[in-house]
Amino acid sequence: MKTEPIVGMSVPRKEGREKVTGQARYIDDMALPNMIYGATVRSSLPRGKIQKVAFGPGIAWDDLVVVSAKDIPGKNCIRLIADDQPCLADGVVNHSEEPILLLAHSDRRVLLKAVEAVSIEYQSLPALFSIEESERYAEIIWGTDNTFKTYRVEKGDVESVWAKADYIVEGEYRTGAQEQLYIENNGVIASFDREHGITLWGSMQCPYYVHRALMTLCGLPENKIRVVQTETGGAFGGKEEYPSMIAGHAALLAIKSGRPVKIVYDRMEDMVATTKRHPSRTRHRTAVSRDGKILGGEIEFTVDGGAYTTLSPVVLSRGTIHAGGPYYWPNVRISAKAVATNAPPHGAFRGFGAPQSLFAMERHMDQIAATVGISPAEVRRRNFLKTGQTTTTEQTIREAIDLGKLLDRGLALADYGAKKDRFRKENDSGSRKKGIGIATFLHGAGFTGSGERNLSSEVAVEGCADGSVRVLVSSTEFGQGTKTVLCQIAAEELGLRFEDVEIAQPDTREVPNSGPTVASRTAMVVGKLVQSAARGIQQTLIASGLLRAGYSREDFREACKKYVAERRQFLSWARYQAPTDVFWDDKKYQGEAYSAFAWAVYIAEVTVDLTTYSVTVDDFVALQEVGRVLHPVLARGQITGGVAQGIGFALYEKVVWRNGRMQNGQMTNYIMPTSADLPPIRVYFEELGNVHGAFGAKGIGELPMDGPAPAIVNAMEDALGVRFDSIPLLPEDIFEVMTARSPGQTDSRAKDGVR
Amino acid sequence: MRSDPEDYELVAPGSLRAVVSLLAEEPGVWLPIAGGTDVMVQYAAGKLTARKLVSLWNLPELRRIEVAENEVSIGAGSTYSELRAHDAVAREFPLLASAARWTGGVANQNRGTLGGNIANASPAADSLPALLAYEAELILVSVRGERRIDYLEFHTGYKTTQLAPDELIRAVCLPRRFAGYFSYARKVGARNAQAISKVCVAAIGRTHGGWVEDVHIAIGSVAPVPLRLWETERGLKGKTIDLESVLRARKTARGEIRAIDDVRSTAAYREHVTGNLVVEFLEGLSASGSKA
Amino acid sequence: MNLPRGQRQVTLTVNGQRRNVRAYPMERLLDVLRQPMGLTGTKEGCGEGECGSCSVLMDGVLVNSCLVPILQAQGAEITTIEGLARGPQLHALQEAFLQCGGAQCGICTPGMILAACHLLNGNPQPTLEDIREGLSGNLCRCTGYTQILEAVGEAAGRGSAK
Repeated sequence: MKTEPIVGMSVPRKEGREKVTGQARYIDDMALPNMIYGATVRSSLPRGKIQKVAFGPGIAWDDLVVVSAKDIPGKNCIRLIADDQPCLADGVVNHSEEPILLLAHSDRRVLLKAVEAVSIEYQSLPALFSIEESERYAEIIWGTDNTFKTYRVEKGDVESVWAKADYIVEGEYRTGAQEQLYIENNGVIASFDREHGITLWGSMQCPYYVHRALMTLCGLPENKIRVVQTETGGAFGGKEEYPSMIAGHAALLAIKSGRPVKIVYDRMEDMVATTKRHPSRTRHRTAVSRDGKILGGEIEFTVDGGAYTTLSPVVLSRGTIHAGGPYYWPNVRISAKAVATNAPPHGAFRGFGAPQSLFAMERHMDQIAATVGISPAEVRRRNFLKTGQTTTTEQTIREAIDLGKLLDRGLALADYGAKKDRFRKENDSGSRKKGIGIATFLHGAGFTGSGERNLSSEVAVEGCADGSVRVLVSSTEFGQGTKTVLCQIAAEELGLRFEDVEIAQPDTREVPNSGPTVASRTAMVVGKLVQSAARGIQQTLIASGLLRAGYSREDFREACKKYVAERRQFLSWARYQAPTDVFWDDKKYQGEAYSAFAWAVYIAEVTVDLTTYSVTVDDFVALQEVGRVLHPVLARGQITGGVAQGIGFALYEKVVWRNGRMQNGQMTNYIMPTSADLPPIRVYFEELGNVHGAFGAKGIGELPMDGPAPAIVNAMEDALGVRFDSIPLLPEDIFEVMTARSPGQTDSRAKDGVR
Repeated sequence: MRSDPEDYELVAPGSLRAVVSLLAEEPGVWLPIAGGTDVMVQYAAGKLTARKLVSLWNLPELRRIEVAENEVSIGAGSTYSELRAHDAVAREFPLLASAARWTGGVANQNRGTLGGNIANASPAADSLPALLAYEAELILVSVRGERRIDYLEFHTGYKTTQLAPDELIRAVCLPRRFAGYFSYARKVGARNAQAISKVCVAAIGRTHGGWVEDVHIAIGSVAPVPLRLWETERGLKGKTIDLESVLRARKTARGEIRAIDDVRSTAAYREHVTGNLVVEFLEGLSASGSKA
Repeated sequence: MNLPRGQRQVTLTVNGQRRNVRAYPMERLLDVLRQPMGLTGTKEGCGEGECGSCSVLMDGVLVNSCLVPILQAQGAEITTIEGLARGPQLHALQEAFLQCGGAQCGICTPGMILAACHLLNGNPQPTLEDIREGLSGNLCRCTGYTQILEAVGEAAGRGSAK
């Protein structure tokens, strides 16, 4: 066996060359013969009954394909969890931009005019736009009580802590909606014929989610739907569930027209009509001892799910489980709910509930510190989970993680102590105030609780006729390195070169269902299955006598060639087996929530310019324990990218709502950071290994989303001595908080100005 | 893309003379398009009402930057990149050079033209306050010949200007009389690059023996047109810069603007920041102790 | 020759090749490159000149092709991402992006590489600040820019004025 390592090395990205030469083909780069274009007519009201649909003059309507709810062959829903979201509104709309009609034509320009020529009359109904409005029940807009889902976590005896507390610290923290803003808009091409059924190509994370949704919508069996993922230009969760909707639309038009149909959104449509991060509200009430230890507390965590269930129960779940942070809670009650409003349904976005509840927890820790009179670092140190202790869901931390030591390292890397002192002195004068803030957190990788068992993911590794090996998974590449990492794993397991292993493009006709590409599970969970399946290839060859232990790469290739020549096909399968020492109680929401947690310490240094109320992040330290770094360049890229999105979440990205519709659906007005806005993001890793992950890896895709916002807002409080409990914090928001706090102090430059 | 190219006509007559002839033939019908960084955005959004366009791109008569003894004359078709690269502009008109650096990113600076931005008359355009501060003059051209007007008179209301329906901006003339002036330019946008400004200040001043001899303070994004803060300036001329005059200037400035709430920012924020920027300018002016 | 009413004949050079197209004069350069010319490497991310995914070099200068009406590209020399590599030999920037992890999902990559190309053509030894500024009109959602900036620095170090 060869000894050169592949895992742990920064091998070339499998599809890198195509990407840097412009050869990579994304869905809008593709066309099929006889293809026409589809577009969507959407609701202009947040809630109402459709009274009349009129097709205006100036359009040759006979030349257009028109699809409404009554054209749906199967069930009018986007199959996901609750199946309450219609594919096309049928008489009633529950959010702005809800799809009502589909149109198709061979000329995009005619199509554009046709969409504009449809006029719809509604009877408006009262609509709800916030968590507070929803929970007041002024109007019931979903189910019996506007509530998609609730969870309750109870540990210990919460009622007993109040009497013993030296301090009771309360806080309410809020986060806003955030747009995923992948640079490639949603797009699909669908074709249909009676023999093959539907074939669907598109930008997506989860081909098998789309497959299942299309089966239900089109009333077709499994083998009459084929879904192929095309090169995907960014996703971040925004293409986890949404593609089922756009795919359904294209499929319906393809069925009705008998021609291939392409639907690609432009930026505005994508921003206003598709999913965003769930807005949240978290309330903490914590009993704290004299020396700053958490005795217990109540956490109320609420997310705004928008108009339909979609993934809210799962977002809520993750947010609930992460709500206590990386701390030891001897007693806790977490009450969580996802409520309905008349916004376009909110959905998956990197972090998936955890950035919301961890924002609250990390802000709250600084409040506890301030109340008790100890430093933010010290309050964390005193409360960190230790090996052998249990989390809020009573999961025992078994690994030898030393969070105090991790924190020490982070503080040293950030030069925290010296800077804090220096800033305190420098802030006495001048209009630029500097601060430094900490966030310490964890992120559970893989599906929660029994999730992975329920997914029952399957992978295959194939031995090919030319002696090479092919990985077959439904896990998708969208920049994070799926293809590269899974090939590394297989190559290393087999003792081959990286170039000897390829990976099939996810096509439901060709690859097994390895589960969705979400929840930071791909390298860790799917990777481990790939490792198993690869081992199966090896064992088969050895068992067949074609290969001996200690083989060389050339031996392997020869053996594989021979085997395939004899047997024609050479596939090795692996299916997920839940670890026997991992248990989870879905009813009590207790037990081993995740097979692995990654741990992190993030430290942000900021400058607040009181002339303009703008915040600049000057330095950012991202230190995390990740099990094993499988590919240094890719791993680092995940962290820097996630931190950038976290900075956006805190300081730049605000969805401006009016009447339940996003008003700033353009890149000019929805602001993400440019290269001129971000500091160098300094990334450091530690590796404790992970028995449940391929080569010891833990998932890291979402981890970096959790820390930046609270670290930054903690730094802002450090700089200004002003408390901010809600993000995003644009300069206007900072200005508002600061002037509300001291109305007479509106002249922020008065004392620092001319003397 | 929310417009149909088939619905539009675009011609490129290739010379200034041919363009103004066309404009005279059908006044108000042909919309001039230079680098397209404003027009094409409206077009893609389906919001361009004009159906006929005439291209000014690359007209040699509009691209010259000429340095004469008393003024620098910038062809209206000069791009922001060209402004940035031009020695005299960078040296003598730093407010304009700054604005050029802030307008969009490099790609948009390579196409955006000074004339285009002036004619488009967005109150948020970054270079307009600089031109007000420098008291530029515009040379307008039509079949009737050329006329010269004060830029201070050019904007008459929100997106309305002194341009006759058949007229074009040929050049922007900046008087070379600000040597020794202290300059202050600051743009407040949503991020450090590629941002539409929320407040944009361009100011110059000269002091003598501690007294303000001359001061021009211009500001964008806080009214339907870019403004000179005349009252604020009047309150400063002939005075020393001290706490009292600075606070008074701040208050006056905040009263002179007409800031609004919009999708990008709030009136309260814009007003407050306006005051802060005026103070910051005056601090700098005072510290510079510049002499004529 | 008979053109459909309103269409014009436009001649331009793309990646060194002279091309004649028939198009409505207000068709965007972006769409003409992608459809009739089949050069799909140039991408549309926003259609409003904000994201830079559509960046190309026009007469040596970086522009957002979504904001250029095709008539204004008459006689111009256009370089798209497809024009950078010399056959199998990648441009130094392309090599550097591969080495440093400058491309993740790849959708911003063509525009980003051309922006970097434009930067290095005018400034072969840029500082980190120069690079930040030069790329500030190109949005990347995946990388946080860190590895992109490193890739450009790497290419500059190797001397990429080609």
